[in-house]
Amino acid sequence: MSVGAPAGTTVPPQTDALRLDVARLRADFPILQTTVRGKPLVYLDNAATSQKPRAVIEATDRYYREQNANIHRGVYWLSEQATAAYEAVRAKAARFLGARESREIVFVRGTTEAINLVASSFGRSSLRPGDEVAITAMEHHSNIVPWQLACEERGAQLRVIPMSRQGELLLDEARTVIGPRTKLVALCHVSNSLGTINPVAEIVRMARSHGAAVLVDGAQAAPHMPVDVQALGCDFYTVSGHKMFGPTGVGLLYGRADRLEALPPYQGGGDMIRTVTFERTTFAPIPAKFEAGTPNIAGVIGLGAAIDYLEALPRDAVTAHEHDLLRYAMEQLCDVPGLTPIGTAAHKAPVVSFTMDGVHPHDVGTIVDQDGVAVRTGHHCTQPVMDFLGIPATTRASFAFYNTRADVDALARAVRRVREIFPR
Amino acid sequence: MTDLSDLYQQIIVEHNRSPRNFKRLDDATRTAAGDNPLCGDKITLYVKLDGDVISDIGFQGSGCAISQSSASLMTGAVKGKTVVEAERLFHSFHAMVTDAHAMTDPMSLGKLAAFAGVRQFPSRVKCANLAWHTLHAALAAAAEPVSTE
Repeated sequence: MSVGAPAGTTVPPQTDALRLDVARLRADFPILQTTVRGKPLVYLDNAATSQKPRAVIEATDRYYREQNANIHRGVYWLSEQATAAYEAVRAKAARFLGARESREIVFVRGTTEAINLVASSFGRSSLRPGDEVAITAMEHHSNIVPWQLACEERGAQLRVIPMSRQGELLLDEARTVIGPRTKLVALCHVSNSLGTINPVAEIVRMARSHGAAVLVDGAQAAPHMPVDVQALGCDFYTVSGHKMFGPTGVGLLYGRADRLEALPPYQGGGDMIRTVTFERTTFAPIPAKFEAGTPNIAGVIGLGAAIDYLEALPRDAVTAHEHDLLRYAMEQLCDVPGLTPIGTAAHKAPVVSFTMDGVHPHDVGTIVDQDGVAVRTGHHCTQPVMDFLGIPATTRASFAFYNTRADVDALARAVRRVREIFPR
Repeated sequence: MTDLSDLYQQIIVEHNRSPRNFKRLDDATRTAAGDNPLCGDKITLYVKLDGDVISDIGFQGSGCAISQSSASLMTGAVKGKTVVEAERLFHSFHAMVTDAHAMTDPMSLGKLAAFAGVRQFPSRVKCANLAWHTLHAALAAAAEPVSTE
């Protein structure tokens, strides 16, 4: 869809066929019923973390009340129950991401750990001096720093695919960055600070033509769109549970089976071994090879409930609703004097970053908070994006399916109040 | 209940828009840098000492209204003061923005009393304090950049 509609353009009402029953869905989220400073919470920081439906909260609660035992090792009934529940989520996650097999899913703490795992293990096994890793100009620090560390350790070079000022990857430039030396390309599916939806399949084709692997950071995509790793053609895909209505401290690493099998272990410990002697250790097959130690069992079970919740939503209606919120927010905010949207790609997730003439984003954040409006202010862990655009920070409103046009109205009112306190 | 007008007083908004002493001093005898990397506030402070008197002071920087107006008002408040007087103001200011039970008489702080409202906004206290900690470092001739995060 196209955003950045000129001020004065009216957004057409949604058609009934695609209307999402948002009021009913909001009732599933206890925190959305709370107030901040006596005003209803207007939660617009979903790109940082999403709120949790009752189903997720109750699933983790039930696990601790009724199923808690360590997994994979106990021969008693309770441990078998916990193991079955944990492994059932692996199968569910494999379906959710379109993986061929359950063993292609590794449970991790989140996207950051997933990327660190691949950067460390792929780096040690596959990067040689003179090799290159390509990332993009819009990556989150968590998809920059692990590759810097790996490249430094292995004497490899980190290359960056540039973007336009609108926040779109420059594909012609990408064709010159990705070349015969490229061993891996790492890019975000959706940019957290700009909202851009990247042409992942096209980048994968470029990488494939040079035999390079591709890791896709899907942290910002999974809450908004169905993901099919086979259709994307990527080798690795990462997801954070807490950004897709699940618990914190749990996430998914998808790795194509042959790729995962070729990687050396990341962490050593219990559960990831076959045999241990003081002289030598042999490792468990994937995915256990990458799951050292007792995992976040309750988190995994909560994530399973989040996947069930997301899959039960009418996805087309969610997409239409989120696009409506994005267009409506752009229209309402662009009317505010001196406001500049940051990130105006043609294909965007519902993220609106902006700057205001003469007002620092932290002042914007404090002022709108007085009206119960929660937005993120700062560099959003994308300092190179801010440097490229020549701005210190932005204010970012990021939406989920449970947000409404009334939330956008509250944001726009609060932002106008900023303008009153800081006249141009 | 917090009140925005306590935080963004007219004088704070005005000093943010037109900061005083926003200049580099080529003849500074002390300089110090301060930044809050997480929120991006930056200050470089230039101090000219004649004996133990701050005979001139300037700053450059960027960041939120609280950090920049605090630097502007601080430079006005300490110019012409002795090092000991400036340190005393630093302690009074720090107490005012962090301690609800501070015994500081707001009148003794003059225009700086405009920052009393910051105390109600815990996440913004570091913004108000940055310039003062940077001054403290400059007067102590500290080599490392300071941060109030």
